[in-house]
Amino acid sequence: MKKLTTLFAATALATLMAGSAWSKTFVYCSEGSPEGFDPGLYTAGTTFDASAHTVYNRLLEFKKGTTETEAGLAESWTISDDGLEYTFKLRPGVKFQTTEFFTPTRDLNADDVIFSLERQWKSDHPWHGYVSGASWEYFSGMGMPDLIESLEKVDDMTVKIKLKRREAPFLANLAMPFASIMSKEYADKLEADGKMNQLNQMPLGTGPFAFVGYQQDAVIRYKAHPDYWAGKQKIDDLVFSITTDAAVRYQKLKAGECHLMPYPNAADVESMKADPELKVMEQAGLNVAYLAYNTTQAPFDKVEVRKALNKAINKQAIVDAVFQGQATPATNPIPPTMWSYNDNIEDDTYEPEVAKKMLEDAGVTDLSMKVWAMPVARPYMLNARRAAELIQADFAKIGVDVEIVSYEWAEYLERSKAKDRDGAVILGWTGDNGDPDNFLDTLLGCDAVGGNNRAQWCNQEFDDLVTKAKEASSVEERTKLYEEAQVVFKREAPWATLDHSLSIVPMRKNVEGFVQSPLGDFAFDGVDIVE
Amino acid sequence: MIRFFLGRLAVLIPTFIGVSIIAFSFIRLLPGDPVALLSGERVMSPERHAEISHQLGFDRPIVVQYLDYLWGVVRGDFGVSIVTKKPVIDQFFELFPATVELSLCAIIFAVVLGIPAGVIAAIKRGSIIDQLIMGTALVGFSMPIFWWGLLLIIVVSGILQWTPVSGRISLMFFFPSVTGFMLIDSLLSGQEGAFQSAFNHLILPTIVLGTIPLAVIARQTRSAMLEVLSEDYVRTARAKGLSTFRVVGIHALRNAMIPVVTTIGLQVGVMLAGAILTETIFSWPGIGKWMVDSVFRRDYAVIQGGLLIIAGLIMLVNLAVDLMYGLLNPRIRH
Repeated sequence: MKKLTTLFAATALATLMAGSAWSKTFVYCSEGSPEGFDPGLYTAGTTFDASAHTVYNRLLEFKKGTTETEAGLAESWTISDDGLEYTFKLRPGVKFQTTEFFTPTRDLNADDVIFSLERQWKSDHPWHGYVSGASWEYFSGMGMPDLIESLEKVDDMTVKIKLKRREAPFLANLAMPFASIMSKEYADKLEADGKMNQLNQMPLGTGPFAFVGYQQDAVIRYKAHPDYWAGKQKIDDLVFSITTDAAVRYQKLKAGECHLMPYPNAADVESMKADPELKVMEQAGLNVAYLAYNTTQAPFDKVEVRKALNKAINKQAIVDAVFQGQATPATNPIPPTMWSYNDNIEDDTYEPEVAKKMLEDAGVTDLSMKVWAMPVARPYMLNARRAAELIQADFAKIGVDVEIVSYEWAEYLERSKAKDRDGAVILGWTGDNGDPDNFLDTLLGCDAVGGNNRAQWCNQEFDDLVTKAKEASSVEERTKLYEEAQVVFKREAPWATLDHSLSIVPMRKNVEGFVQSPLGDFAFDGVDIVE
Repeated sequence: MIRFFLGRLAVLIPTFIGVSIIAFSFIRLLPGDPVALLSGERVMSPERHAEISHQLGFDRPIVVQYLDYLWGVVRGDFGVSIVTKKPVIDQFFELFPATVELSLCAIIFAVVLGIPAGVIAAIKRGSIIDQLIMGTALVGFSMPIFWWGLLLIIVVSGILQWTPVSGRISLMFFFPSVTGFMLIDSLLSGQEGAFQSAFNHLILPTIVLGTIPLAVIARQTRSAMLEVLSEDYVRTARAKGLSTFRVVGIHALRNAMIPVVTTIGLQVGVMLAGAILTETIFSWPGIGKWMVDSVFRRDYAVIQGGLLIIAGLIMLVNLAVDLMYGLLNPRIRH
């Protein structure tokens, strides 16, 4: 009997030991606090990393490491011949997370999908204004309210979305964080309890990790979702340790207090690569920085002038000075990792003498202009003021006098939209959905004049090409049209394309399975720690 | 004494009103539309704009708006965070213990090291020890906090690996907050090693935040001590043949402490300013970091409310110091 007790005790102990010894905790030293946990309400990558990529799934997902889409919560879909009706078949048996604050009683169904999209679309939906100040910025920013004709539940596992017009990037849009699928059952419960705000504070979805708790500005805890439809994760606990300073993040990574960090200081990258405990991944980011002339104002309305100025900018010098080499000079308005990038286009070579002559030929002498420099560091432009100073020096060589101006960031974005704005603006863009339309039409289309189109450039030939591409059905056809559009862009030179920055991700040597996303998000499904 | 107290209060109230006017004007003076700033909504139809504008009371005369704001402040209503939608005052009290804990440790650190250092420097006036202590104090006083914090992290945490880099406790420990003070909560949790972890996390931030007060206290103690040591009663005590320890420790120190207490009190303002940087470097979730994060989040309601609460606190502490000083030294009351 005594033996049996001992054996029993030993087994219990072994089980306990196994429980603790095998519990794997992955710590991510994130760069900031999320604004909330409802991805539909916000636009910041930091928020999406903490909500959309951990707790939630979408109908379609981006294939890891690419900008192509694949099946997510929708197992398959069909598109009607006229390209206006999308019918999604949902994946059966998808379980929502069970948490301390809610126990789901049913699997994912069409109601959840309709709820998740409709609350953003219909202004009379009870959840449309559940957070005061909620504006569903991404949903409206992507033009969804004007695009969707109807949302319809065909049966429990089938959803039909009708569009008002053809829209090729629509599927890619559904893979974006704002289209995360929530639990309607959970939402109903919160509504009944009068605690609607909780949806944004304690999220619950079908994703790889379940939310455990958030301590404001300090730490977010998740645990692996045991019944995740694509299989349970190899790590048991996921912790976001919020560390806003890049130098401190690096020290924590070195000390082993976290396994992976985003956005290192450019100056630290060399020593990270030399550290035998660390490894560093890098990839051209899905972004572009540019100098946008105001093409409606003299003398920038002349293509010869814009061309001449482009030839006067030493881009390599900007890349070296601002990024310490961690970027590449840009030729096209879309980054080279994006499909339909036109490799045949040649960049403007740096030839100040030629540029000076071109300017004289165009009859422009004693030109003085403003160059706007952003007040904040963005991934595509770490130090706009420095870049502006280099451009100032370059332009001085061809006799153009530059005054550098800047405003507070929100003000900068607002003022630079104005059609009668003066001079040239430094700005950039990071792609949201991996579709060329998200760069070419969003930033350079005629509809975007007075908005995202900071060059105020409306070129009929270019606009026709990108509009046709948006409505084309096959990727091959779209690729051809976008390649042509890039030729027109380069010929007309509404921008000086400056750079595409590299995205650099340092991590501990023992981290396996992390895949860098060209969209710049950090997702930890599939990640493991090996000893 | 009552007249003294009322006199101080009479100065305090207009000061507080002045600060409240600055806080009130803050959003109205920022570039951009105050309605958009306060509601956090960027895309608004004109109707929605008018509706929110009305809700926030922007359609009323500015004086009425201000009085309304002041009345709210008096009742403890400092607005609602644009981001979290929680009352600013609630968030403040959630995060305040972390700052108090760090500040208390830093003050204790500064006092425990600063007073003896100042006393020794005064006794050994002009010696190498004096010069060494005063030289170090000068360096400490001029140390930029951000640089000093990062330097300590790189050397002590990074290279030597003696202390953790940042945060309040290792992420291995996970327990609910009871008092908000990590040193106490970690003991209450009963988890083995939790207190040790919380203590280790406090070391570097305490040193960083305590450095400037330490230098100030050391210098103040030294000069107060020198002044007292030259007084007649000290000379008398010496002449009576009392030991140096008795003369310095009992007779001189007690009187020299009066200005030092004031100095320590005045360090509270310095501490709160220092906490903003220290907490940011060490990811310490207190009100300093909260203010910085709010700036990044453009949470103007928090910046506005937080500034006013902090200013109010500093004023209260200064009032308390004044009163204490008045009690210690009756001459000051006149």
